[in-house]
Amino acid sequence: MRMVSVETLGFRTVELVGHLGRISVFLGAVVSHSFRRPLRLRRFVNELFDVGVLSLAIVCLSGATVGAVLGLQGYTTLTRFGAESSLGAVVGLSIVRELGPVLTALLVTGRAGSAMAAEIASMVTTQQLDGLRMMSIDPVDFVVQPKALAMLVAMPMLNALFIVFALFGGYVVGVELLGVDGGTYVTSMEESIEFGEDILGTLLKSGVFGALVGLVATYRGFVAEPTSAGVSAATTGTVVIASVSILLADYVITALWGV
Amino acid sequence: MPSVQDSEDRIRLEDVHLGLGRRPVFHGLTCGFPQGRITVLLGGSGAGKSTLLRLVGGLARPDRGRVWVAGQDIHRLDERGLYAVRERIGMLFQGGALLDSMTIFDNVALPLREHSRLSEQEIAVRVGRRLAAVGLEDTGQLLPRQLSGGMLRRAALARAIVNDPEIVLCDEPFSGLDPLNVRRIESLLVELNRDLGITLAVTSHHIPSSLRMADRIVFLVDGEAVSGTPAELLASDDKRVVEFLEAERVEAAPARRAGAELGT
Repeated sequence: MRMVSVETLGFRTVELVGHLGRISVFLGAVVSHSFRRPLRLRRFVNELFDVGVLSLAIVCLSGATVGAVLGLQGYTTLTRFGAESSLGAVVGLSIVRELGPVLTALLVTGRAGSAMAAEIASMVTTQQLDGLRMMSIDPVDFVVQPKALAMLVAMPMLNALFIVFALFGGYVVGVELLGVDGGTYVTSMEESIEFGEDILGTLLKSGVFGALVGLVATYRGFVAEPTSAGVSAATTGTVVIASVSILLADYVITALWGV
Repeated sequence: MPSVQDSEDRIRLEDVHLGLGRRPVFHGLTCGFPQGRITVLLGGSGAGKSTLLRLVGGLARPDRGRVWVAGQDIHRLDERGLYAVRERIGMLFQGGALLDSMTIFDNVALPLREHSRLSEQEIAVRVGRRLAAVGLEDTGQLLPRQLSGGMLRRAALARAIVNDPEIVLCDEPFSGLDPLNVRRIESLLVELNRDLGITLAVTSHHIPSSLRMADRIVFLVDGEAVSGTPAELLASDDKRVVEFLEAERVEAAPARRAGAELGT
C-alpha cells in the first residue's frame, strides 16, 4: 500500500516537472516569436477585439455592480463608527488595489480565456495546426503569440474600465442613494489613492494576470488531445488553473511589493 | 548531415518502426514512392496509412528507421531544415484542415503570403487560377463552413498545390464523398500528376479509384508493406492482399446485382 503511494507520488511529481518544463519551453517560444518578424499586427488586432471589445459588456456591468455593492456594504459598516465620510476612500482603495485586477482577470478568464483555449484545441482536433506546420508556418507564431499578446495588452485596459465603472457604481449608491456628500466622497478617494503605488500597482497586477491567463489558455489549447473530450478538458483546465494562478499571483505580488 | 539516398524514389521509408502507445503500427516498414508517379496507400482501418503520411510530412517521428523525402532524412533535420523541406510538400488533410476563421481565398493565399515575395495582385491571379483549376472560382469570399465536403476537399487541394510543390500528400481524399465528387477529385489528382509532374502519395479505402489512378500501390498490412503496380497487386497470391481485395468485391456485389435486376 505504502509502495503504491510512493509510486503514485513519484509518477505525479515526474508528470508535474514534465509539464513545467514543457510550459517553460512554450513560454520561451511565445516570447521569442513576439520579437521576430513578421509582426502579425492584423491577427493581433483581431484577437484584441475578441478579448477586449467582446469582454466590454461583462466587465463594465460587473464593475458597476461590484462598486454598488461595495458602496452599500461600506456605508453600512462605516456608519457604525461614524466614518461614512471615508466611503470614497474605502471603495476606491478596495477597487483599485484588489478587486479591480482580480475580478477583471477572473471574468476575462471565464469569457475570453476559455474561448481561446477551446478555439486552439478545436484547431488541434481538426488538424488546422498540423496544416499550418505542413505549410512551414509555426503555429506558435501564427496562432498562439497574437492571442497571448492580446490577452496581455487587453487585461490592464479592461481592468481600468472595471475600476471606472466600479467607482461610478459606488458613487451612485453612496452619494445619490445613501446621501453621502459628493465632494467628500470624491475628495477622500483622491486623497487616499496614490498614483505610483496604487494605480501603477493595479496595472502591474493586471499585466501579470493577463500574461498568466494568456499563457495558460494557449498552452492548454495547444497540448489538448485531438478529441471532443480534449477540447472540453482544455476549456475546463484553463478556467481552473488560470483562476487559481491569478489568486496565488495576487498574494505573491501583494506580499512582495505591497500593491 | 543527411545525404541524398541512392534511389529513384522521391519518398522512401527504410526499416521504420513505430508504436502508438502500446500498439505497434510499423515494424520494419520499407517502401518507396517513385518520383513523378501516383502511389496509393491501401490498407484496412488502423493499418497506419495516415500515420505514414504524417511520418513523411515530419508530423510524427519514427521510433527507429529513416524517412527520406526529396533526398533528405527529414527526422535528422532541425526545425529550419524541416520547414525548408515542407515548402516543397503540399498536404491535403482528410477534413481539409482549412483555417475556419479565414475565407477560402485567404486560406489558399496563405502559403504564398508567408513564403513568397509576390505582390497581392500576383497572389490574387495565382489563387484565382488554382481555385478555377479545382472548379471553385466563385467561392473565394466564402468561409470553409459554407462549403460542402467535396468543395472543402477541393479548396484544400487548391491550397496544397498553390506554391507548386514537388510532392503532394493526400490523406483519404475520397472518404465520405459521393461518386461524382470521387471522380472529380480523382481526375484532379491525375491531371496534377500528368501536367505538373507532381509526386503524389494518396491514402484511400476506395479500391476502384485507387486501381484506376495508381502507378504503384503500397498495401499496408501487419505493420509491413506489400508494393507493386495495380496489375501486380491484382495478380498477387499474398493471402492478405487477396482477402482485402475480395472483401471489396463482396461488398460491391449486392449493388451490382441490384443494378443488373433493374437493367442498369
